[in-house]
Amino acid sequence: MELEVKTMTEWVQEGRKPEILFWVGSAGSFDDRAKKITRSFVEILNIANVDFAVLGTEESASGDVAKRAGNEFLFQMQALMNIQLLNSYNIKRIVTTCPHDYNTIKNEYKSLGGVYEVFHHTEFLIQLINKNKLKLNKIYKDTIITYHDPCYLGRGNRIYNQPRALLNYVGFKINEMHRSKNKSFCCGAGGAQMFKEPEKGKQDININRTLEALKTLGFEDKKKINSTFQQKRKIIATGCPFCNTMLTDGVKNQNKESEVEVLDIVEIISKAKESF
Amino acid sequence: MEYIIQYKFQILFFLIFSFSLFIFSRNFKKIYRNISLGKGGVLSNNKKERWKRVLFIAFGQSKMFDKPVVAILHLVVYLGFVIINIELIEIVIDGLFGTHRVLSFLGGFYDFLIAFFEIFAFLVLVSVVIFLIRRNIIRIKRFVQSEMKGWPTLDGNLILIFEILLMVAFLTMNAADSILQINYPDKYIQAGSFPVSNFFIVPLLENLSTGSLIIIERFSWWFHIIGILCFLNYLAISKHLHILLAFPSTYYSKLDPKGQFSNMKSVTKEVKVMLDPSVDPFSQTSDVSPETFGAKDVRDLNWLQLLNAYSCTECGRCTSECPANITGKKLSPRKIMMDVRDRVEELGNVIDKNGKDFNDGKSLLNDYIKPEELWACTSCNACVEACPINIDPLSIIMDLRRYAVMEESSAPSELNSVFSNIENNGAPWPFPASDRLKWKENE
Repeated sequence: MELEVKTMTEWVQEGRKPEILFWVGSAGSFDDRAKKITRSFVEILNIANVDFAVLGTEESASGDVAKRAGNEFLFQMQALMNIQLLNSYNIKRIVTTCPHDYNTIKNEYKSLGGVYEVFHHTEFLIQLINKNKLKLNKIYKDTIITYHDPCYLGRGNRIYNQPRALLNYVGFKINEMHRSKNKSFCCGAGGAQMFKEPEKGKQDININRTLEALKTLGFEDKKKINSTFQQKRKIIATGCPFCNTMLTDGVKNQNKESEVEVLDIVEIISKAKESF
Repeated sequence: MEYIIQYKFQILFFLIFSFSLFIFSRNFKKIYRNISLGKGGVLSNNKKERWKRVLFIAFGQSKMFDKPVVAILHLVVYLGFVIINIELIEIVIDGLFGTHRVLSFLGGFYDFLIAFFEIFAFLVLVSVVIFLIRRNIIRIKRFVQSEMKGWPTLDGNLILIFEILLMVAFLTMNAADSILQINYPDKYIQAGSFPVSNFFIVPLLENLSTGSLIIIERFSWWFHIIGILCFLNYLAISKHLHILLAFPSTYYSKLDPKGQFSNMKSVTKEVKVMLDPSVDPFSQTSDVSPETFGAKDVRDLNWLQLLNAYSCTECGRCTSECPANITGKKLSPRKIMMDVRDRVEELGNVIDKNGKDFNDGKSLLNDYIKPEELWACTSCNACVEACPINIDPLSIIMDLRRYAVMEESSAPSELNSVFSNIENNGAPWPFPASDRLKWKENE
């Protein structure tokens, strides 16, 4: 599908203003897996006829990684440059598919002069549904699904319900992991861990979490693993490109990649959308 | 002289009582001073929301109810401690004026109160015994992890044993008194109702001589009050301090979303100078204060972080939820809090001995908390969420990381490449900004 994407510069050239800015984020721009999430979200924005802009080559790292790694200088350099850019375009509303950028731009830019209304894409999708701009089919049958709460979305910003509501909306009953919502267990990527080797230990954090997800999907229950179980689709859903990478790696580590998909909520939703 | 003999117990009581209050106030001045070694900048906005937290989280112990059974036992011990200490009013008056059960003029209400205290004393005993079993026989993991070795484990047990001794003394005193009340109605005021001690302890004392009963009653009375006064002073060196400091800790706890970390104002100043082309950077150099960025030692933390350390009761709920700890890394958020308290105590002693500006050559970072612990954190906030009184170990970890990165340049090498990627091409990965729209192209 051909995607329709306009940069902020193009909007300005046309002399018009978009209703919202889609902050793609570094992962969404460069990570091959996360790029698919970006495209899925833009597909939906196109179908729902949302007037949105991206910053394109003008976008730069939000500074989340630098900040959690302790490099406050680098964080504030990034933040102040981004704020200058966003304010020069007079941007008021931002949506992003990355909980880290969501948290940083929404909460940490404020006191540096960047005050915006920021939405995680799951919040924004719910709004589209409520405004009747997006219609979804209940297409998912014979699927077992569990949802992993990203730390910076869940505990960090208390967004537990919107992702679940979307999954329910397209017909899922979620098998909740034992550690979920405010007790969710980190995927292992936060705090700049994504970019470094873990410290010495007896297990990697993403493996611990993946094992819990697989157990929740029914893989440990020998009685359940029959042909009907095998025919069913099995999905670990999440709402963060970093969690997605960590859990995908975990699933591969357990040799389950042919049986279990790790998908972002928006990827699931985009398969359930009705074309107008 | 006659007077001294006549009032010897009252004088003794007065001396013990005022001496322990004196020691108590001295200890607490020192703790206050130690906490004040921290920096300012602690928020106290939105008072209404903060008092609500004190009411629900500190008084109501709402976060304890994550584990409902333990929460009820803990609530019983806490209420028991507070309620039975109402009795302290009477004990102090009796002690100072040589009266006996001075509040008995309350009549039926007094009977009710004493019965109520006894029932609570009994429930406290049961709970405390269960707590001892959990710590020493079941050996629940979070009570026996590595940072609990030695004093922390002994501390935990001593507190529980203290409670048992105090409750038993209280009930024994009542039991002996109730027998004396029956045997000597003219000498002992008929007051109080003793459902628990009558059932459990009176049968053991019934056949004793009057002299023995008087000694037991007096001994228990003195044991109980001296025990309470010792306990009061024990708080200063114990994790049990949380019974007082949980309240201010909860009051001042962060109201912002947990994901939001503070922006360092000192850095903003410098970055603005760097980004503003109209400012001559060299003219500013004299203005820039030689402030350290981040925290190397406890003095670089803010006072709330130090207060948190003194409020921590080492329950280990943080550590038992920590993904790094669960997967076998060295990091334990509880140890972070214990290290901060140990270090600030040590620094306090150094200051007392050698003056305010003495440098003992030690620091929180490296001497107490190793880089290996620091860099294992995923900043997931599970520890903050788990803490029953909203202690924030994560903010301390972040301040130490800031020092490690901005003052020592000692970040793990992979992170240094990430920093230079962000500086050079605006992304943690080594891709140029010109490629930022490539996701549009379908592969």
